[in-house]
This record gives sequence, C-alpha cells and structure tokens, in this order.
Amino acid sequence: MDATTHAAHLHETHDAHHEEVGFLRKYVFSTDHKIIGVQYGFTALLFLLLGFLLMACMRWSIAYPGLPIPVVGGLLEKLFGSDVAAGGVLSPDLYNSFGAMHGTIMVFLAIVPLAFAAFGNYVVPLQIGAVDMAFPRVNMASFQCYFLGGVVMFASFFIPGGAAKSGWTSYSPLATMADLGHRFDGQTFWLIGMVLLITSSLLGAVNFIATIIQLRAPGMTWMRMPFFCWAQFVTAFLLLLAFPPLEAAGIMQLMDNLFGTSFFLPTGLIVAGNPVDVSGGGSPLLWQHLFWFLGHPEVYVLILPAMGIVAEIIANNTRKPIWGYKSLVYSAFAIGFLSFIVWAHHMYVTGMGTKISTFFQTTTMIISIPSVIILTCLFISLWGGSIRFNTPMLFVLAFLPMFGIGGLTGLPLGFNYSDLHLHDTYYVIAHFHYVVAPGTIFALFAGIYYWFPKITGRMMNETLGKIHFWLSLIFMNLVFMPMFAQGMAGMLRRMYNGGATYATTDGEVGLPAAILKANIGVTHAAFFLGLAQLPFIFNFFWSIKNGKKVTSDNPWDATTLEWQTPTPPPHGNFTKPVVAHRGPYEYSVPGAATDFTPQSEPDKKH
Amino acid sequence: MEIPYTVEARNDTGLYNAKVGIWLFLASEVMLFGALFSSYILLRVGADPGTWPHGLLNIPIGTFNTAVLITSSVTVVLSWAALQMRNFAKYRKFQAITIACALGFLGIKTFEYREKFGHYEVWLKNPITVKHGDKEVQTDRLLGHIEFQGTHPSFWSTATLAAKQVESFKFEPDPFHYTMTAREMAHAKKAAAGKPHEVIEIKSADVKRLSAFVPAHSTYFGIYFTLTALHALHVLGGALVIAYLWGPGAKMWKTEPERYINRVEVSGLFWHFVDLVWIFLFPVLYLL
Amino acid sequence: MGHSHSPSHSNAGSADHAQEVARHVKVYITVFIALLVGTVVTVALNYLHFESMTVTVAIALFVATVKAFLVAGYFMHLISEKKAIYAILVSTIFFFAAMMYLTVWSRGQLPWGTRYLSSPTPGAPAGQIGH
Repeated sequence: MDATTHAAHLHETHDAHHEEVGFLRKYVFSTDHKIIGVQYGFTALLFLLLGFLLMACMRWSIAYPGLPIPVVGGLLEKLFGSDVAAGGVLSPDLYNSFGAMHGTIMVFLAIVPLAFAAFGNYVVPLQIGAVDMAFPRVNMASFQCYFLGGVVMFASFFIPGGAAKSGWTSYSPLATMADLGHRFDGQTFWLIGMVLLITSSLLGAVNFIATIIQLRAPGMTWMRMPFFCWAQFVTAFLLLLAFPPLEAAGIMQLMDNLFGTSFFLPTGLIVAGNPVDVSGGGSPLLWQHLFWFLGHPEVYVLILPAMGIVAEIIANNTRKPIWGYKSLVYSAFAIGFLSFIVWAHHMYVTGMGTKISTFFQTTTMIISIPSVIILTCLFISLWGGSIRFNTPMLFVLAFLPMFGIGGLTGLPLGFNYSDLHLHDTYYVIAHFHYVVAPGTIFALFAGIYYWFPKITGRMMNETLGKIHFWLSLIFMNLVFMPMFAQGMAGMLRRMYNGGATYATTDGEVGLPAAILKANIGVTHAAFFLGLAQLPFIFNFFWSIKNGKKVTSDNPWDATTLEWQTPTPPPHGNFTKPVVAHRGPYEYSVPGAATDFTPQSEPDKKH
Repeated sequence: MEIPYTVEARNDTGLYNAKVGIWLFLASEVMLFGALFSSYILLRVGADPGTWPHGLLNIPIGTFNTAVLITSSVTVVLSWAALQMRNFAKYRKFQAITIACALGFLGIKTFEYREKFGHYEVWLKNPITVKHGDKEVQTDRLLGHIEFQGTHPSFWSTATLAAKQVESFKFEPDPFHYTMTAREMAHAKKAAAGKPHEVIEIKSADVKRLSAFVPAHSTYFGIYFTLTALHALHVLGGALVIAYLWGPGAKMWKTEPERYINRVEVSGLFWHFVDLVWIFLFPVLYLL
Repeated sequence: MGHSHSPSHSNAGSADHAQEVARHVKVYITVFIALLVGTVVTVALNYLHFESMTVTVAIALFVATVKAFLVAGYFMHLISEKKAIYAILVSTIFFFAAMMYLTVWSRGQLPWGTRYLSSPTPGAPAGQIGH
C-alpha cells in the first residue's frame, strides 16, 4: 500500500524482474493496456480539440457569413487554397467539409475512443483485478488501426477536392456525387478511414468482452463488478455487433465511388441536369438503414461509458453505495438490446409506411425507460449522502441534469408526427449535443480528474478545475439552449450562412430577426467555451510534472480494485494476487473502521 | 506477468481466452455478411423487372468449387483430430490438403472472374433481330462477346468506345437473355448447342450502354463481386493463418503442444465459418 | 452427440481419449459426405426449373440451412459447446434477425404510389422476385 515511492517515478516504473524495454516498445508499440489507454486518451483529446476548432470556424460563418475568420482566416487560406477559403472566408464547400468532419471526428475519433478505448483500457482490467487485457497484441493493433484511421481522415483535408462534405452520415447518392471531379475524393478517404476505425473498434470490443468474461479476479463475480465495467461490457457488445453492418455499407459505398456500382444509386439519377452513367437499381434507403443500424447503438456507445464513470464518482463522493446497483445493470442490458431495434426513428421523413413508423416509435419510447431508470438511480444515490464537492463530482453533478435535458428533448424527436417538424433543424443539434457535450464530455472530464492521480501519481489542481467547470457549464448552456428555440422556429441545420437566406422582416414565412440574431450570441458563447478549456489544458500538462503528489495509492478513499494497485500501476498491475471479497460500493458500512471497505478486504469473521 | 487461461480453460466458463475471442469475432462476421445478405434481398426485391440477371454464372464450376471448399473444411477438422491423437505427421498431411484446396478455390474463382470481365451486355438504341435458341427475336439488349481487331477485350464500357474512338465492333451474341425465365434460358441454350455463333457488327453510335459483367453492370453483379471478393479475402486470410501454423508457427508444437492445438482449433473455427458463408453464397448467387 | 469435444484437458495419451477422437473422425466423414450430397441435391433440383420461384428459393435455402447446421454443429462442435458461446451466438442471431427483418419490412411498407412500388403490371405485389 506504500505508494509514494512508486508515485515519484512516473517514467521509471520498472520492477527488477521486468526486462528493460526500449522507448519504442514501451510507449509506441506497447502491449500494456495502461499505456494503450493513455495513447488512446492523448490522441482522442487532440481530435477533440481539432473537432472543436472546426466547429469554431463554422460558428463564425454562421454568425457572420461572408466575413473573414479572425486570427485563423489567413492560415485557412494557406492550408486549403484561395478557391475555398479566399481571404479567410469559409466557402460553402469548405463549410460542408468542416461540418462532415466535425461530426465524424467528434463521434468516431474523439468521444468513442476516449470514453470506450481510453478509459476502458486503463480502468477495466484494473477494476476486475486482471493483469492485462486478454489479447495484448490485439489491443496494440486496435490502437494502431485507430491511429491510422485518424491519419487518413486528417489527410483527407489536404487532398484535391478536400475532405468529405456530405455530412457525418454520408447519405447516398449525395456522398457519391458530391465530388465527381476527383476519383479519390474526400468521401473515399472517409470510407477507408472508417473501415480502419471499425476494424479498430472490432478488435477492441473482442478484447474487452473476452477480458471481462475470462480475466475477472477470484471472487470478482458478475454482480460484484463495478458498474463502469458493466457499462463497458454492454458498450463492447454494441460495437461488436452494430459496427459490421456499417462496414458492409462502407464497402458498398466504396464500390459505388470507385467501381461505378449502383448499390445506393436509384434508377434515373440525374446530377446537374445530366443523367448519370450508372446502372441504377440501387436504394438510397439501404444506406440509411445500414448507417443507422450502427448510428443508433452508437449513441449508447457514447453515453453508457459516461454513465459508468458517473456511477463510480457518485458512489465515491457521496460515501454511500449506489442506489439500485442491480437496476443499473439490468437497465444497461435493456438499453443494449433495445438500441438495436430503434434505428429507423432517424428516418421518419424518408416516407416509411405508418406501420413501421409506429413500430420504431414504440421501441423508441420503450428505450427511454431504462435510460430514465439509470438517471433516477443516480439521482437517488445523492439522497442522504455527505457529498464531497470536488472537481470530478461537480462535473458529475452537472452531467445529471444536462443529460436529463438532452434525453427529454429527444422524446419529441422519437414521435414521428413531431419529428416531421423538428427533423433536420437546430433542435436536433441542440438535443444530441446536450447528450454528448455537457453530458458525455462532462463525464469524461470528471473521469480525467478522478483517475489522473492513479495514472500520474499527482492530483490535478482543484482551483483551476473549478474554474474550468463553472465556465464550461455556463457557456455550454449558452451555446446549446438557444438552438432549441432556433430549431422550433424552423431553422435548418447544415446552412453555412446560418439561415440568412430565409430571413424575414415583415412577419411572413421565414426566420425572424430574433432567431437569426441568436446565431451571434451562440457563436460568442462557443468562443468563450473554447477559452474555458484553457485552464483544463494548462492544468493537465502542469499537473503531470508539478501537481500535488498523492500521499496514498487511494487518494479518494475508494473501494474499487484499481485503487489497490501501486501508483502508477506497474506492468502486470498488482503486486500481489488480488481477491474480491465484497461488492463494489461498500461505503460507510456500519461497524467498519473506515467509511470505505475496499473490495479486496477480507471479511473479519473468517 | 502471465495472462491466465491462454492454454487451460477457466473454471466457470470452461473456455480458454482465444476461443471466446474467435467466437466474438465470428459473431461480428455474422453481422457483416448478414448486412450484405440483407442488402442482397433488398436490392433484389427492389429491382425493376428485367434488371436482375440470373443464370449467367458457371454452375458446374461453382459446384466444383463448393466441393473443394467442403473438402478443405473436413481436412481442417481431421487435422485437428490428428493433433489430439498426437499424430503430427498426419496433421501436416491434412492441413497441406487444406492449403492446396484454398489455393485451388482462389484459382478457380480468379478464372471465373476473368471469364466474366470479358463477357458483355450491350443496350442498343433500336431493337435488332437475333436468334434466341431456334427462335428469331426482336431485342435491344444483347449478351455476348466483343471481337475487336482480332482480340477479345475485357472491361470495356460505354466510355471506352468514346475514349478509343471505336466506330464499330464485332459482337457474338449469346442465344439467350436473362429476361427469359430459367426454363426458357435452358431451352434456348440447348437448342443453340453445337451450332455456329452468329457474328454481327455493331456501330458505336447505336449503343446506348455497354458494360462487361463487372460490378458496374448491375446491382446483381455489384453484390456478386462484393460478396465473393470479400469471401475470397477471408479464404486468403484463413489460408495464410493455417499456412503459418503449418510452417514457421509449428515450432510451438514442441514447446507448448496444448496451446498449439488451441491455435489450430481457433484457426479451424474461422475456416469453417468461411465455408459456412460459401454454403449460403453458392445457391443464392449461382442458382436463384 | 452430447459428449464433449473439448480436447485440451483430457489426458491425450489415454485409450479412452483416442477412442473418442476416432469416433469423432467417423462423424466428421459422415458429415462431409452429407455436405457433398446436399450440394449435389441443390444443384440437381435447380436443373428441374420449378415454375414457382418460391419453391426454388425454399428448396435452395432449406438445403443450405441444413448444411450450415451440419458445419456449425459438428465441424465447429457447437453441438456440445459452453454456455457463454451459446449466449453470444443467440444474441447475435437476435440482432441479425432484427436487422434483416426490419430492413426488408420497411421496404415493403413504403407508401403506395412511390416509385419503388410503381410496377408495369398494376396491382402486382411489390416484392416481385426476379424476371
């Protein structure tokens, strides 16, 4: 349990019996789940930043269409050429590229790798008392595929024609027809990148499930697993089974782009006034089906790991067990199953028949039940606790209502008749960003603040953390709340000029001035939201070297097994065989010496 | 640091790690091929009448290739049984047959592909009269082979005619078209058997569309090539793994025989899955 | 066929084990022959050219399914596999069925009058197969 000696040597944690390995083997081609987790974390955070910067450029164009982007405008013109960024003004084409890539990067290269791969890799084996993942080399390959996928996506910005510009959903036939002038266009890069990312998450998912099934420590029965591991387990199944159909669709769209097939191109397709020389006979709806068959489970891939992190931190900081542990587990499973049969609620406006719409509407309403059960359990867990308001807990406490807003505003989108009006408006943007941005990303921030001391042996600065939290909370809401109003007023998404084309001044059909004016406020809030991340970035790097050293391996007085390892954990994790003797959240057990009883602590009666 | 259960089974699951891993991987493969099969159904039931080719693949060769793959599947399982009996020589013999079958399968598939790339459909602007079996028919769609300057070119399309500035080309029409029913096609083929091919001259100006039997020909050939190529990649991957274990990977037999048997079992499970996919691919693509 | 096919822990040298493997080998050969027969039957029936497309599809898919069960059950020894594997496969089958069924159903559910259902013979069913 003596950590201080270990904590001091972040970069030299070699036990005597471990052979020395070179820098490359240790940090680049590592098979250690913890290093891979950190690799994933760093790469994903970089992509998170990139995704944010793309969005910032888009926000400028929405608020001030036609005006050069301040500060980075000149750079954009240099990078992308004066035909798409003349004088630092975002052209509609470049706006489309940025939009498509913002979504792709945020979902597939930032949030999922961070929530599932980074936290999962680092924490899950520790929490179940395993020495590593079941297939360490597969794990390494998973990261390498991810990295390569990221490189391909990033490189696509700089090829002739620019990156994919058909939205993150890449609907056919637009995706195939958007850039007919270039054979290897941005969309082709996008598809190749996606195939690599899908391979990566497939390898990751196989590894996670096999690890959780096979490598739980003695005594770590299924119902003694921390909820975080359960969440990752279900998430891994979603990735395993929902991604392959998108891979199939990706292969088919690649065939459409490169070999002239017509999987998603209908008969009689006319582009720019000319019939396209293809056989036709394909179905654009098929792409949408296969895309959303992944797309909807993906939403739960984004949120379940976040819920797992939230449960861990709530139990730790309320100093009492999670309320309704079993309900949480069963709800996670119910979400997992149901998430596979709700996908077509993204497709109400495609003209599906009423019967099938009703089916998907019904399943969509049903899936909100387990989500609400989880949120309710987490809320009730706060009741009667003596809450420690540290930075991770603040983020978690904000997660609850923010995710609540995101979830509840989803209901009108799940009903097909209200969706007809709201579909493709800013209301949708606001809804899913409330789920993912102040929802998932807040939980991820909480996770970083919470597990940082285990990874580095040092605490992150609390004051900076609180500044980061309060500013983020305020500006997140200022960014996304007005979008609900804009969407309900009928403002469509994906317009580079923020709907200025539809401006109306005399009260006739169109967008009233007040709605358009909100664009400017939202854009400023987004810039301030970016500034609010500076304390975090500074805190993160500063604390690696200069943060307050932890005085024990278990600085938060937590019960789960990851805190029973040395800090940081060496290769192989545990210094002595670990056995789980109790459930994951035994806080404030009456009669116990401390207000927490670690899972590895044997019962006194024996 | 040793990862447990790489060789022996875990008590509560009764499984070693790699077996859980391979079955999870196969589960995702089921979804991958399942999505493509679903696409096949959707494309087929959505096809306009007369746009879904059938009866154009070589059924005897396809049947033979099916037998080749089934044979490789049984040799895989027999080699695994031989290893359990500690008969390494027999294992090697059976796996050698497996690898030979895999290469044979890929070779035959390549031959089939090449045959298709040089086989054409031409859509004409105005119908002409050709022989279908023993009947004369008026049609604007012909199947057949191109003869141009003494060669039989592959991969031509409408764009090729313009790019090569072809004014006209010789065409050997087949005595049937897939707009007939399967029975009519069989009848026409039989009636035309042994008779000399007619050769006609087609002007490029009369051609509405020209396509070899490549993925771009129709959604049928699109899904045919996508499914079979993806399947062939799986055959190749499986064969590489089996060959690795047969050759350089066999060192492990001396040091950790139990683990080696596990590896052979896992590679075998993958191989059987590849066989299983073909069992559905063959009737769906060749026969229906 | 309820006995275990799992080889790894049994004492490989024992006569019992050798006998059991020998028995499995017989099963494998039988399955192999059944698979070949199945292939020949499918192809042969196909040359009969039934009038009804439904019958043709049903026969081909029925034989293929039987063959698939033989391969999965005996070559992949699913007939005596552990519960964890069954659990994984059952959930996969569920999701696969959901994907295929709902996708195809949604196609048949397009409103009347849209292009996908406009067929040259009025009143013909939507999902006309083939020719």
